[in-house]
Amino acid sequence: MKSLAELQEIRNRTIGNLTMRKEEDDAVRVVVGMATCGIAAGARPVMSAFVEEIAKRNLANVTVAQTGCIGVCRLEPIVEVTLPGQDKVTYVKMSPEKVARVVAEHIVNKQVVTEYTIGAAE
Amino acid sequence: MEELSLHILDIVQNSVAAKAELIEVEIVEDIEADTLTITITDNGCGMSEEMVKKVVDPFTTGRKTRRVGLGIPLFKLAAELTGGDFEIESELGKGTRILARFGHSHIDRQPLGDIASTMHQLIVMNENTDFLYVHKVNGNEFKLDTREVKEILGGVSLAEYEVMVWLLEYLKENEDSLYKTVGKE
Ligand SMILES: Nc1ncnc2c1ncn2[C@@H]1O[C@H](COP(=O)(O)OP(=O)(O)OP(=O)(O)O)[C@@H](O)[C@H]1O
Ligand SMILES: [Mg+2]
Repeated sequence: MKSLAELQEIRNRTIGNLTMRKEEDDAVRVVVGMATCGIAAGARPVMSAFVEEIAKRNLANVTVAQTGCIGVCRLEPIVEVTLPGQDKVTYVKMSPEKVARVVAEHIVNKQVVTEYTIGAAE
Repeated sequence: MEELSLHILDIVQNSVAAKAELIEVEIVEDIEADTLTITITDNGCGMSEEMVKKVVDPFTTGRKTRRVGLGIPLFKLAAELTGGDFEIESELGKGTRILARFGHSHIDRQPLGDIASTMHQLIVMNENTDFLYVHKVNGNEFKLDTREVKEILGGVSLAEYEVMVWLLEYLKENEDSLYKTVGKE
């Protein structure tokens, strides 16, 4: 059983090698729509998948945030990905499986996954 | 919504949007009374009386003002469909308290669902907001106070991978054990 004592150990271990992260110029920004429409369509597992993938790959320059209704309820879950110095890319009807590809191809390899974008859906 | 925990996620997002510093989420399952009661209390910006009326029943206002959301009406409806009830109290500048009571064994009651992931996401994504989470199932109780967690962490972020993984496991294990011991009494 996990305990708060164990958290204390993790803390002591982690404090030494804290990575400087976020708010830098090279930051990648991921925003997940988490309004009622997004949540009903499956935004929770999509958000979880982003957080997990990014943590697993230790992508310290990526911030994941949530926002309200992005405005196209029928295409939820919607995710916006912005690479530094580039226009934002809007992905629609996202799922945890699609998240793995977006992280690997777009965030890591800088290749937009065109087939998942709002442009391809409309 | 397929799960009560998704309603909770949605309703708590409103508290976050209302700039609450502390959000309390309490779930009480009382098998004997056959009720499941969810209470969400925040110290955010609150709402005027007029606003409360509008958000509970967005279709009563004849005028086409701004688009009013569906989160609260959906939560209310879900409770009422199980023979339960719904209460909302709010005061500008003070905060908001929303209570939804469900018939525990009612056929139309949605399952609680993945409450561990729900609370995990809320806590990790809103690091500057404190959460007090309490889940009671008959005599068993699980309580998580993020103020306590943050004190232990002493500046280490909840978003640190190891911390995040620990928190999810901690939530899952405690949630599971709430139900495991129920049968034994
Ligand atoms: N806890 C709260 N504190 C302050 N204001 C609130 C709170 N909960 C709801 N409100 C107000 O009531 C409105 C309606 O909430 P509701 O969740 O029904 O819809 P919404 O958040 O506007 O949109 P969505 O359908 O995307 O959730 C909110 O926009 C907000 O102005
Ligand atoms: Mg809402």
